[in-house]
Amino acid sequence: MAQEERTTQSIFTDVEDRTSSEEINKWERTTRLWRETLREHWGLLTDELSVKLSMLVVALFVLVAIFAPWIATNPPLQRQYQTEDGILIAKWVEPSILGGNSEYILGTTAQGFDIFSQLVYGTRAALLVGLIAAVFTAGIGTMVGLVAGYYGGTVDDALMRIVDFLYGMPLLPTVIILVALLGPSLWNIILAVIILQWRATARVIRSQALSLRERPFVKAAQVAGASDWHIISRHLAPNVLPLSFLYGSFAIAWAILTEAGVSFIGLGDPNTVSWGTMLQASRAYSALQFGAWWWFVPPGVCIGLLVISGFLIGRGYEEITNPKLQ
Amino acid sequence: MSFGRDDVLLRVENLEKHFEVDEGWIASLLQSVSGGEPDYVHAVDGVSFEVRRGETLGLAGESGCGKTTTGMSLVKLHEPTGGDISYNDKRLSEVDKAGMAEFRQNAQMIFQDPFESLNPRMTVYDTVAEPLRIHDIRNETARVQRALEFAELLPAEQYYDQYPHELSGGQRQRVAIARALVLDPDFIVADEPVSMLDVSLRAGVLALLERMTEEFGLSVVYISHDLSLLRHMCDRLAIMYMGKIVEKGPTDRVIENPQHPYTQALINAVPVPEPDIGRERVELQGEVGDVIDVPSGCRFKDRCPEYIGDVCDGAIPPLERKSDIEGEREHEREVACHLYESAEGHDPYAEVDGDGTAAEAGAGGDAERASADD
Repeated sequence: MAQEERTTQSIFTDVEDRTSSEEINKWERTTRLWRETLREHWGLLTDELSVKLSMLVVALFVLVAIFAPWIATNPPLQRQYQTEDGILIAKWVEPSILGGNSEYILGTTAQGFDIFSQLVYGTRAALLVGLIAAVFTAGIGTMVGLVAGYYGGTVDDALMRIVDFLYGMPLLPTVIILVALLGPSLWNIILAVIILQWRATARVIRSQALSLRERPFVKAAQVAGASDWHIISRHLAPNVLPLSFLYGSFAIAWAILTEAGVSFIGLGDPNTVSWGTMLQASRAYSALQFGAWWWFVPPGVCIGLLVISGFLIGRGYEEITNPKLQ
Repeated sequence: MSFGRDDVLLRVENLEKHFEVDEGWIASLLQSVSGGEPDYVHAVDGVSFEVRRGETLGLAGESGCGKTTTGMSLVKLHEPTGGDISYNDKRLSEVDKAGMAEFRQNAQMIFQDPFESLNPRMTVYDTVAEPLRIHDIRNETARVQRALEFAELLPAEQYYDQYPHELSGGQRQRVAIARALVLDPDFIVADEPVSMLDVSLRAGVLALLERMTEEFGLSVVYISHDLSLLRHMCDRLAIMYMGKIVEKGPTDRVIENPQHPYTQALINAVPVPEPDIGRERVELQGEVGDVIDVPSGCRFKDRCPEYIGDVCDGAIPPLERKSDIEGEREHEREVACHLYESAEGHDPYAEVDGDGTAAEAGAGGDAERASADD
């Protein structure tokens, strides 16, 4: 560096002589700082009883989903009994916990499926939809929002017009068209949820990026010669990350609700057990009229519990990102 | 002059920065339909000066006069809409990528608000080390330590893992200074470096800035509205008004013997801690003019206590040396005012009396004038 040699009074003139053993281990440092931040957030998050309980509920559901094959007493889509002539009749077994004379904890459905096992396997579908939709919603929304907000101008205009277009798309017709085109499956519902959900995250993250890019610390990085990608990844992203986590946690709840709703109206995957398809089947066999409430109450309670827990955790996290709420 | 041409580190030639008032595609669509010309804010409108190696230059003026925009253009935060900046005799509009990287490494900026200029999610170490990582310079830890030590954050190791919210305003500004120094730059733009700090902390940070100039041989451009600070820190002073430099010269000459009416008013407004001091108060009337629809002639004429008629309305006073200002080192001073006789033979009255040139001197004539100056 010719510039340095010319300036003889530089404070760095003998810095080259130093041994590099003093060099700080970058990875070690980064992981340590991340651990500290996470611990701090965790402490703030678990400060509240409602959040603690919600986390307990979610953890329970996760455990159930992971160990579903061991917990479930029967395969969820295997008929437990059939009439002797092989013709299916609408007949359900009362749950054993209510004193019913059977081996089925929560009884069976009219088709002869074990409700408890369906409930256990339904946890898998719910969490799968929730987590995948949340990751993609937050991921796509954050990336699009950051790029639109940082570059502004034509890029911003183009991306935000796409978002505007998506805001005009209603949920059910979109799902119907996707199912019609690609066939009914859980993945199409996930796809529809992602397509319709990232728009809100993108908007909010963009507004954050718009204000962040004018902050002097971004200008300081530009003066130092930082590339656009460097500024987006090191300066903008860490500052919007709490917000994308927040939107991700809300997305879990919304995705589960949407999946249940879509399955309930019969657009779900017939080969997958989910809480929504259980509700739909119970409606199709008029379980309510026959007083077989053990068919539709358990999945309803599970949906409610998981969604409320998701919202409460999101709410608790909101207090970290926005200290004014505390 | 004791400095030769080689000592000029940074030469600003007729720098212009105009911001379009209505941006976005709807505005441009409407404009293409109606056929109207877009409006521009004339933030910086033809500013020329040079910064020599090891020199400190002060840019003063009231808020909105374009001093910060000038400073940001100096470190290439804005792309100028007109004119050019030369660094080491290389025009920045013509340099290649490597040349730009070299400039980025040698030009740094210190911002006004230390609460905003540090990323709240980055530790002190990462903040100071970031420029080194961008330019891929080795011996990161040793350099960061040196920079922090120079900024009197001692012991440096103790600050490595601290986040900005754990530091006081003065400490933050020291971190910002360390970040600016860590690349070993040639020149620094300091935009109101102490105006957001507690009065008790200012002296310490100012002493640090002074030490930085002396020990590094740095060129520094100080931007401030605080004339007493600039008098203390700067070798030369340039006074700006509505995007133009109205007076430029050695600091002590400008402060002690201001010539331009605006400079006189500005210096008169500095409070003197002496109740009995008798001085004539020059109070400016009216508001700063419209920077979108720039007035013709002298931009200060509407508020000027020494308004002398048509020549102020019709002819733009160029920044030039004057022959009828008496005193030592006056050959280094330049004033943009018709009250004084040009030392370069420029006759503003000819411009007014001549046919049609006066009309051209308005906002529409700016572009032509800029090209004519080249």
